Amino acid sequence: MLKSTSARAALSSLALGLCAALASVGPAFAQAAAAPVPNKGDTAWLLVSSLLVLMMSIPGLALFYGGLVRSKNMLSVLTQVMAIVSLAGLLWAFYGYSIALGDTGGHYLGGFGKIFLAGVTPASVSATFSNGVVVPEYAYMVFQMTFAMITPALIVGAYAERIKFSAVLLFTFLWLTIVYFPIAHWVWATPAPDDLAAAAKALAAAADEAARKAAQGKIDELIAAAGWINQGRGVGEFLMNGVGALDFAGGTVVHVNAGIAGLVGAVMLGKRIGYQREALTPHSLTLTMVGTALLWVGWFGFNAGSNLEANGATALAFVNTMLATCAAAFSWLVSEWAIKGKPSLLGMASGAVAGLVAVTPASGYAGPMGSIVLGLIVSPVCLMFVSKVKNALGYDDALDVFGIHCVGGVVGAIATGVLVSPALGGVGVTDYTNIAGANAGTYAMGQQLISQITAVVATLVWSGVASAIIFKLVDIVVGLRVSRDEEREGLDLAEHGERAYSY
Amino acid sequence: MKIVMAIIKPFKLDDVRDALTGVGVHGLTVTEVKGYGRQKGHTEIYRGAEYAVSFLPKVKIELAVADELVGRVVETIEQVARTGQIGDGKIFVSPLEKVVRIRTGESGEDAL
Repeated sequence: MLKSTSARAALSSLALGLCAALASVGPAFAQAAAAPVPNKGDTAWLLVSSLLVLMMSIPGLALFYGGLVRSKNMLSVLTQVMAIVSLAGLLWAFYGYSIALGDTGGHYLGGFGKIFLAGVTPASVSATFSNGVVVPEYAYMVFQMTFAMITPALIVGAYAERIKFSAVLLFTFLWLTIVYFPIAHWVWATPAPDDLAAAAKALAAAADEAARKAAQGKIDELIAAAGWINQGRGVGEFLMNGVGALDFAGGTVVHVNAGIAGLVGAVMLGKRIGYQREALTPHSLTLTMVGTALLWVGWFGFNAGSNLEANGATALAFVNTMLATCAAAFSWLVSEWAIKGKPSLLGMASGAVAGLVAVTPASGYAGPMGSIVLGLIVSPVCLMFVSKVKNALGYDDALDVFGIHCVGGVVGAIATGVLVSPALGGVGVTDYTNIAGANAGTYAMGQQLISQITAVVATLVWSGVASAIIFKLVDIVVGLRVSRDEEREGLDLAEHGERAYSY
Repeated sequence: MKIVMAIIKPFKLDDVRDALTGVGVHGLTVTEVKGYGRQKGHTEIYRGAEYAVSFLPKVKIELAVADELVGRVVETIEQVARTGQIGDGKIFVSPLEKVVRIRTGESGEDAL
């Protein structure tokens, strides 16, 4: 049984891996190993990473966004982010964990076996990327919870300064349920390496046709319970050819997903009063800088923590996250200096976030120099979107959720398919059934790129369409926007009855 | 008695205060204000979105002075607040009918 799913590396070329395993693995491997127990260091790291990701949302993202709105809307943004975080944590424990990652299901959704955290105990464990390494399921569950918290909070930036608070809550509930939990399952639900390895060993050791059939059946069963994007199966089969898309820490699940929902929200809510006529300038770039720094620090929990255990691969994800962000912050600064004439703090902060977004899917797969190239590229692309494309199309994505998270996420997701290449300093892909070959998978850049693009398009379509329907529904039920007078007065007083600053 | 009101660049305030103390001024009132004159405004750019800022921050100082001191006060402000750049500000002088010191009830030049 697939107890819980966590390893996210692609299982490319399963058949090839099996052939290799068959050819070279002797009967000695067939002995059952003792059940692995969690390592204290891994457990501590995963719990600390969970704290870091929580810190990204509150206060990191809240301050980053809060500083960018006008002072009359400061508290509304802080309140929205914190409320979303709290709501998402509850939903994750009630059923999100079970249907996204906790319980076995099919290619498109997990099961309901772990609703209300049924069966999760201090003794239950979750798999990691390594054979024979597990972490406590509680630690894994709460780590993944923090991702479900920040993703809907990212969307706040698109509808800020004009949405009703009740609409935020209803949207978040529906969006997590219909969009986030399924997509997390599609991309991240993967067979536990130990289960696959055991099945591969059994297949290699099978003495007769019946044993072989049983072992192959076990592998098929494991694959059938994994997410379709993760394995390149199901509806993506004809395009992905069994090559799973790579998304180490959530480039598609978190950033492309939230980014496109933000664009849909910005369009459906309409522009803020005075957009492009009045000065809707940030009220405190100081707080935005504080928020950016908290996001940057917290992102090490997001990316390096996504390795689940603490080892060399974790350190690689850490270094990649650091370097891509440095490169992207600097590259936005220089691009803006060249184009607009002045190097701005907001530009550098935007660049840092764009770099963090772009390296998210690549952090565990690329090499350090590849990450730097990624960081240098992503900033000018995002800068073009937030300064040119947005104005040309006329939508009011207030704080550039689409321009930075979606665009940066797409750049990162596609680049991951290239930067994972061992020839470019990447780590290559993993095939856990290839026991003899140290789990090495077969990597072909063309097919990997197709898989990456499929994952991006699937996320854009599902999240885009479902978000539009959800926003429409919310508009009908509670209404999306506050009244003109309330918007003029500011959401802090109109919606929350308090003000951020007393002068 | 005259009231002297001057709009100056904010960063010149301390210099102006020191210089006025030097010529015998014992008090003045400062207000942070915004406005525009020949300097017009400037442009601010946030992530590529340009905003024209047409009101610039200035400091308004107001002081009541005896008639014989007015010439030196105006001269002092003019010299100290000047950078030679556009936007240095203006000085306005107008007559003052009456001054009362609240604590003692003194009025006229005694109250200055």
